[in-house]
Amino acid sequence: MTSVLMNKATGKLDQYEEERLHHTPWVEKYRPKKLEDVASQDHAVTVLQRTIESANLPHMLFYGPPGTGKTSTILALAKTLYGPRLYKTRVLELNASDERGISIVREKIKNFARLTVSNPTTEDLENYPCPPYKIIILDEADSMTNDAQAALRRTIENYSSVTRFCLICNYITRIIDPLASRCSKFRFKPLNNDNALNRLKYIAEEEKINLSEGVLEEVLKISNGDLRKAITFLQSATKLSNSLEDVEMADEDGNFESETTSKITVNGIQEIAGVIPDDIVNQLANTIKSKNIKSISSQVNEVILQGRSAQQVIDQLHDKFILDDTINSITKNKIAGILFNIDKRLNNGTDEHVQLLNLFVQISNAL
Amino acid sequence: MSLWVDKYRPKSLDQLSYHDSITHNLRALAKSGDFPHLLVYGPSGAGKKTRIYATLNEIFGAQVDKLKIDVKTFVTSSNRKLEFNVLSSPYHLEITPSDMGNNDRVVIQDLLKEVASTEQVDFSNQSSSKTKHRFKVVVINEADSLTRDAQAALRRTMEKYSSNTRLILVCNSISNIIPPIKSRTLLIRIPAPSITDMNKIFTTISNKESLKFSSNDSQEVNQFLSNIGHSCNGNLRKGLLSFETLSIQSETISLSPNSLSVLKLDWEVIIKNLSITIRNNRNVASLAKVRVVLYELLSHCIPPRIILKTLLFNLIETVNSEYVVSQLIELASIFDERLSLGQKSIFHLEGFVAKAMVAIDKM
Repeated sequence: MTSVLMNKATGKLDQYEEERLHHTPWVEKYRPKKLEDVASQDHAVTVLQRTIESANLPHMLFYGPPGTGKTSTILALAKTLYGPRLYKTRVLELNASDERGISIVREKIKNFARLTVSNPTTEDLENYPCPPYKIIILDEADSMTNDAQAALRRTIENYSSVTRFCLICNYITRIIDPLASRCSKFRFKPLNNDNALNRLKYIAEEEKINLSEGVLEEVLKISNGDLRKAITFLQSATKLSNSLEDVEMADEDGNFESETTSKITVNGIQEIAGVIPDDIVNQLANTIKSKNIKSISSQVNEVILQGRSAQQVIDQLHDKFILDDTINSITKNKIAGILFNIDKRLNNGTDEHVQLLNLFVQISNAL
Repeated sequence: MSLWVDKYRPKSLDQLSYHDSITHNLRALAKSGDFPHLLVYGPSGAGKKTRIYATLNEIFGAQVDKLKIDVKTFVTSSNRKLEFNVLSSPYHLEITPSDMGNNDRVVIQDLLKEVASTEQVDFSNQSSSKTKHRFKVVVINEADSLTRDAQAALRRTMEKYSSNTRLILVCNSISNIIPPIKSRTLLIRIPAPSITDMNKIFTTISNKESLKFSSNDSQEVNQFLSNIGHSCNGNLRKGLLSFETLSIQSETISLSPNSLSVLKLDWEVIIKNLSITIRNNRNVASLAKVRVVLYELLSHCIPPRIILKTLLFNLIETVNSEYVVSQLIELASIFDERLSLGQKSIFHLEGFVAKAMVAIDKM
């Protein structure tokens, strides 16, 4: 279909590309293309750049919280190394959406690892380093079974002359030791505010978003170092604020850049992020302090009916109580214990209503 | 003749009655012809599905309502064949992967990839908006009961194929959704309707159906309607169903409070009686009787978690001492966890009953 279009009219194709880009989420659109663009992971980026110069890459293990640029870094690295054409034959990307049982490790990964590297064209050689090995990216490696990981052990070593592995995970503890010891580890720390802010500002400028004061800061605060979350919030907020009238004046001729007149506000961001407003949290805390089981139970019922997430309630109550100076350390200790317990139970897929009720009653007993 | 729940279900965004700010947001999204992945959450019967369909209707037009059911077969890694129902229209698919239990990952991987890797071609130029819909929408029901594996499988798929698909995840609580998914979606919270909201809906329906009440005093009718609202605890679907039940039972609806007792479901009454037994006869013999009742409830497919929850709330009502109440709540929370971790639910339910008896005994 694409090729037909290309023959008939390149203009159509451009328009098609433009429309496709318009449908792409910003997270993909603004994914860093070069290593230098990766925000605020200076340590990892410097080390990797040095390895590019020497054209010798170790096996790598990237770990860190979500949204810190792990996948972006390795993709950018691979693109810098190979360029777009060679990329297809030299890089195998597997993630949790692919079947990754032990059979796949034995067949697909092993087969790809075993292949000798293809020869780059002279054109590619001029522009890119094109080192003589392939890269296998195992994204979200912590969701691989232990068996599958064990099967990788020897594979990694056997084919290290032609293949480099890059494992990406959130929790390094879920990677078995023998695997971890074969890789050089890079920790990706949560983004610090300055760099993330710059990135957001850049995106906001590119997309011509109309922001009111302090919105970007609020986005960063809510997203807590997770840049992907921040960008998604920003995009959602923009979509929402592109209210009815300015859609009509935009795109007569495929021009999607509508001149937004409405502004994005701090409240709007909070709404999108599912954060519970401060006054409701205060109200909850006061009910807990009142130690009246009747009112606690009706308050919990209200929270559940409002559809608030129990996890979010726990998070925000935690901030509230732990930072409260009127409570002494021993009580805080107890409260932290209770919060931990309930959080664990919620993670086990229990009923939110019962657990929240228990949480409130327990804390009010502890106070 | 369809049920009132379906008959009066709003078909478009304009007909939605409560939560105007959400409706406004959805309309803005629909107008732009494009939206990010959505995660819609809220208690059951609050109108999540209704809103989703109304939005889809706004974007794609009436074709969304032309639904058909396909049976798809999947092959697991252990070569077992699975059959799976997919509800689809030309523009969207609706799946409930949790039907598959532990195999939901296979469904997510296969089905979504299949949908995602083919691009949607929009030939209908008659659609009012100039933007073409290059994506297909996949609605995933009960997203909170997806296994961790399946959710992990969603992560990269959501990014990689995001130009061809939009996901709408529907769930009751987002506690069980892993953070990477939350950070990729736009969260939409749909709270339960308030009593006044429900009252309005009941009144409109009773006008349209020209129902007769035993008294014409509007205040009394109002009171009666809000009683229905109270009894269904924010669940509009349940409210409408019970309202319809009442109207079918007699030509004129009697406004006496007694008529509401019909609305109590059998199993609710049984659990209420159970709680009274637990409170009054605390010995081994009555524990044996309780077991029979519990087995009966379980064999009628009442989910164990609901039994535990209802039992707890009934017990709280019957017990006066605050200390015992807090004990009971803690016990329930412990056994709730065991229920979700363990396999044989009867053990844990009985365990709770026994512990509860002891706790009340110590009063």
